[in-house]
Amino acid sequence: MTPPVEELDGVAPVNAVNPGIDDLIANSARNRQNPPPSDQTMIINMGPQHPSTHGVLRLVIEVDGETIVGLAPDIGYLHTGIEKTCEAKFYQQVVPMTDRIDYLCPMTNNLAYALAVEKLLGLEIPERAQYLRVLFNELTRIQSHLVWLGTHAMDIGALTVFLYCFREREDLLRIFEAVAGQRMMTSYVRVGGLSVEPPRDIYAKIRTFLKNFPAHVEEYEGLLQTNPIWMNRLKGVGHLSAADAIALGVTGPPLRASGVDFDVRRDMPYSGYEKFQFNVPVSDVGDVWARYIVRMQEFRESVKICLQALDGLPEGPIVADAPKIILPNREQMKTQMESLIHHFKIVTEGFGVPAGEATSSVEAPHGMMNYYVVSDGTAKPYRVHMRNPGFATLQALETMCKGRLLADVVAVIGSIDIVLGEIDR
Amino acid sequence: MYDPASAIKGKQAVFEAHPEHAAVKALTDLATDAKYDRGELTITVARENIIAATKAVQQAGYNFFEDVTAVDWYPSEPRFQISYSILSHKLKQRIRLVVRLDGDGPSLDSITSVWPSANFYEREVFDLFGVHFGGHPNLRRIMMPEDWKGHPLRKDYPVEGYR
Repeated sequence: MTPPVEELDGVAPVNAVNPGIDDLIANSARNRQNPPPSDQTMIINMGPQHPSTHGVLRLVIEVDGETIVGLAPDIGYLHTGIEKTCEAKFYQQVVPMTDRIDYLCPMTNNLAYALAVEKLLGLEIPERAQYLRVLFNELTRIQSHLVWLGTHAMDIGALTVFLYCFREREDLLRIFEAVAGQRMMTSYVRVGGLSVEPPRDIYAKIRTFLKNFPAHVEEYEGLLQTNPIWMNRLKGVGHLSAADAIALGVTGPPLRASGVDFDVRRDMPYSGYEKFQFNVPVSDVGDVWARYIVRMQEFRESVKICLQALDGLPEGPIVADAPKIILPNREQMKTQMESLIHHFKIVTEGFGVPAGEATSSVEAPHGMMNYYVVSDGTAKPYRVHMRNPGFATLQALETMCKGRLLADVVAVIGSIDIVLGEIDR
Repeated sequence: MYDPASAIKGKQAVFEAHPEHAAVKALTDLATDAKYDRGELTITVARENIIAATKAVQQAGYNFFEDVTAVDWYPSEPRFQISYSILSHKLKQRIRLVVRLDGDGPSLDSITSVWPSANFYEREVFDLFGVHFGGHPNLRRIMMPEDWKGHPLRKDYPVEGYR
């Protein structure tokens, strides 16, 4: 519905980065009523139920013919108030909430939250737990990148890759199920360690997967890398310079594809990442193709890290030595009075966390993920805030799409690998 | 386990303990309070100085704005704590800038002129806490529907049973 021209007089023309939807519509209406020398523009609504928006992302796009002149994301369709809900739960009860934020990398979310609370508590995590955390985080990265590759290729029209990617993802989800009891919402990393010791036969299964996986990556590359349609749709599309990427808050693979060599795992190590040798793939091209190449390399680096974690896996406990914070195992609980008391107290009253604030930062598959936890000394977090990578990366969408064709939006959305669960929370 | 005695509190104490810290050097004049706790540096600045403070840390090498969020300390005053998390890719460290605001009509300047990436985060704080950012290009609700009443992350907003 176009507002009458006198109502538009008070509205400033669009010039800032990331204009609002109303500004975009008003600007377009103004142009329609006072046509500029160039062609008139049109507003197109994309989503929230569009298959290539990976959930419920709504884009309002201003097009001149097929060229994009303005773009405004509209988010919040999946807002469930997780941050508010966290404030009403005990610290240990927040862990299952974190699974549901970025549902493609639950273990990474668990880890980021656990690291923040462990920082508040000052807990020492045993080495075995750290290695297992690294192992499962890297498997999660592979799993998340597989979903990215499958859906990204499917958006562009290469349907076969999707089936192949989900075949391997199924193997990984079976591994997660064997380890954590759940395929997707694992809640495996807990405050102070891990929930259970993985079954003994799982390591052989993981090794088999890691042995076969590099060949599968080559298989995907064989389907895509020399495919002329794939190359034409990706190369030179959605360019983002390093300066723009930093100014717009882009992290993770899109940031590295723009030439900024920063990876939290290597530069600000957490959970024992300093003990692992791996490369950080970087490209300075900054287009959709570069993001594809960077993520394909990350598959191989993740396999390397997983193998190192398996080879160096030390023996020992998987939880910190803090009986008032970590639930005792069933054996102890049923044979020792004190363990029973601790179990009862933790389940009914939670555990107090010293007052203060802490930020943890991890390299999630989609980018840098921070958890900011504020404690007032009670058993419930006073404030939990998640800095999720997709939220900031979405701000760069306009810069990447402006001046390109409408069809390129689909390729760009695929390349930034967004998950609306983490954006809307 | 965490030892509360390990925290360094107060501007004087922190600035003496970490004189070489890039952010400490940059904010010698602007800081009103500081804290070094659990390996994290938190510097409080006055409400009107936030743009100057972010520009100062940006020049000191903290090139990447991570996020801004708020903590509602209702019913105590000053009610809102606005926390800016800023990272340096080169120095490989992050700092937290804090501004404290009164509960009555909380507002401060937007830093979108310094880092455009603050755009969505400031909208989120506006939406969920009702803090106004002056000079923001598009200060509208981002998570909640446009016609929503109230600001859900405020502590006087119930977890359930509203509307």
